[in-house]
Amino acid sequence: MDFVRRIIALTIKEFIMILKDPKSRFVIIGPPLFQFFVFGYAATYDLKNVRYAVFDESRTAESRQLLSRFEGSENFELTKTLKTEKEIDFVINREKARLVIHIGPDFSRNLHMGRPATVQVIVDGRNSNVALIALGYIGNIVEQYNRELVKKGVVSINGPGVELVDRAWFNANLQSRWFIVSALGGIISMVVVMILTSLSVAREREFGTFDQLLVAPFNPAEILVGKSLPGMVFGFMDALLFSAGAVYWFGVPFRGTIGALVLALGCFLLTIVGVGLLVSSVSMTMQQALLGSFVFMMPSVILSGFATPIENMPHWLQIGTLLNPLRHVIVALRDIFLEGADASMIWHQLWPLLLMAGFTLPLAGWMFRHRSQ
Amino acid sequence: MTPRTLFFMRMRGILRKEALQILRDPSSIALAIVLPLVLLFIFGYGVTLDAENVPIAVVLDDNGPVARDVSARFDLSPYFNTIHLTSMVEAVASLNQRRVDGIVHLQADFSSGLYKRNQAPVQVIVNGIDANRARLIQGYARGVLQKWTELRQARGEPVAVPAIKISQRVWFNEAAVSRNFLVPGLITLIMTLIGILLTALVVAREWERGTMEAILVTPIRRVDLLLGKVFPYFILGMLGMGLSVVVGTTLFHVPFRGSIVALFILSALFMLASLGFGLLISAAVRVQFVAAQISIVAGFLPALFLSGLIFDLESTPRFIQIVSHVVPARYFVDISHTLFMAGDVWPVLLPNALALFGMAVLFISLAFRKITKRLEG
Repeated sequence: MDFVRRIIALTIKEFIMILKDPKSRFVIIGPPLFQFFVFGYAATYDLKNVRYAVFDESRTAESRQLLSRFEGSENFELTKTLKTEKEIDFVINREKARLVIHIGPDFSRNLHMGRPATVQVIVDGRNSNVALIALGYIGNIVEQYNRELVKKGVVSINGPGVELVDRAWFNANLQSRWFIVSALGGIISMVVVMILTSLSVAREREFGTFDQLLVAPFNPAEILVGKSLPGMVFGFMDALLFSAGAVYWFGVPFRGTIGALVLALGCFLLTIVGVGLLVSSVSMTMQQALLGSFVFMMPSVILSGFATPIENMPHWLQIGTLLNPLRHVIVALRDIFLEGADASMIWHQLWPLLLMAGFTLPLAGWMFRHRSQ
Repeated sequence: MTPRTLFFMRMRGILRKEALQILRDPSSIALAIVLPLVLLFIFGYGVTLDAENVPIAVVLDDNGPVARDVSARFDLSPYFNTIHLTSMVEAVASLNQRRVDGIVHLQADFSSGLYKRNQAPVQVIVNGIDANRARLIQGYARGVLQKWTELRQARGEPVAVPAIKISQRVWFNEAAVSRNFLVPGLITLIMTLIGILLTALVVAREWERGTMEAILVTPIRRVDLLLGKVFPYFILGMLGMGLSVVVGTTLFHVPFRGSIVALFILSALFMLASLGFGLLISAAVRVQFVAAQISIVAGFLPALFLSGLIFDLESTPRFIQIVSHVVPARYFVDISHTLFMAGDVWPVLLPNALALFGMAVLFISLAFRKITKRLEG
């Protein structure tokens, strides 16, 4: 009974420390929510309104027909019609357009004589991903136009050919927002929890109150619980809020079970609290704690599969990412949201998280006493 | 003693203090030197948007020579790792269990369709969960089929050549290697960390502990104080930048086509804008906890999400594009992409440089005023 009372007292103290300051009260709710919405819109791989310029030397019905396909697409936006070849250099170099479609003077003639007609596409490669995706869109448009030319009898099929019929399962329109927004909550709640917990011990160390806590009748386990709870509570609050926002605001489907979501978030937050407290217990000052948590957070965001797929990494690095708690929760969140996983299906992601928490939390508790001078 | 020598004496004192403060705390060195190196290696060796060896299942319901020829193209492509399965049921199961990312399916009437109607479909199914990857995989599949057409043409076999062909050129980055744009972007991130986060923390700490007031009662003027704060972190940030450029170009063969002078001037402007922002945060809130939160919320995360570093800004909704104009990193990402890949294109660099210059002046003068005000109030 005493044990519970002591923990309650300690927890209340921790909550008061966070909530008494209006500035810190604000930063755990307002900005994370703001970030979630802004980044939910900003983080997308889908291209819209790619600015392009046209250099049409052919100026025939066919070339205009092909170009009108681009004008009709919401992926592209015409910014300039070029008069000379020299201008191609100019618009690409100066970022006036991200791609130029160049149709040569003999385009129509070649087409009608059954010779291959060429459309030249010049893309700004400064963002290679945008370049590749835009080329993919262009390929689609030209392919469709080719098929239509055959149908209309403008050109005849001159031999056997294959036709690519592609379909995307689970996400037929290939929207990248679902994939990103479902994982975004994990990242933002990690940032909040990491900062809260990494500062909790270090702040008291810097002000000297931690020694008082150590000589008070608490054992390290009780201090550990008291220090963990605020992070867990605020982290849960934020993460659940983001999950609701993903579904109700961004329209991400929720195909899994709520139980699985709570379980995955719980295991993840426990691990992050463990890492945060470990960083905090090693640090002597708040500055060390914050910079330390950054040294942890930056690589974990980059190696989480959030923005760049883990499958693209070399094998040794893929194995290294297994140590990254964020990687596991992002896989779990995507499984729950998009593929309808229940608790048993995300077990593969949960046990590594629990293992990490089981290691970092006791170590942090041990450090409380042993790091003091 | 002239005012000038006095000024230098004061500066020497305060710079010595700042240098000691940085050198004594291993955590700021970790952030300024170790973290950039770790990130560079991760980015250089591991992080890429380009897929290779994508596992796909190939199902041939037709075993004719042409079908086998098409499937051989997939086997030989460096982008794919093919697994041959005998039935679609098996392939679908593999796709669901994510053992493969896609299925290439040639139906039983593939050859007959090809000979009778001159046309046969090659069905490609991809897992669309990761939309960007799925799109790239579709693009690779299209490339493989194009290769097949070209090969038949070269061998003199009959083949339908599409009426309109695309001849594509990717300028500045011929092979479309994503590392070439990720590494220059990373430099922006590293400089943001040093300029905003580190500076905000260190200065907020002095306010919190009261040592700032102690400094302000000495003969040191506020200008000296500001210079003394800006200078060491400026050096630290520029070192981080230099380090990243050297490692990026030598170890990871990222091209650098601009001039060093332009890089130096423009990154100095960016560094000053970031430092000014960091100083402003710390002077405005004076509490480390809040300073850290704000520098992450307003500094680091926007530099990652709202700068065009990974996600393309132009495809975002209008209001996001408007918000992004207050993020200094946005301008520097554009500058570094241009400098690394395109060269000194001043019409692109200049507007960005002007924006950074304006921000640097604004933030630093605001920080200066805030420091003054704080003492009176």
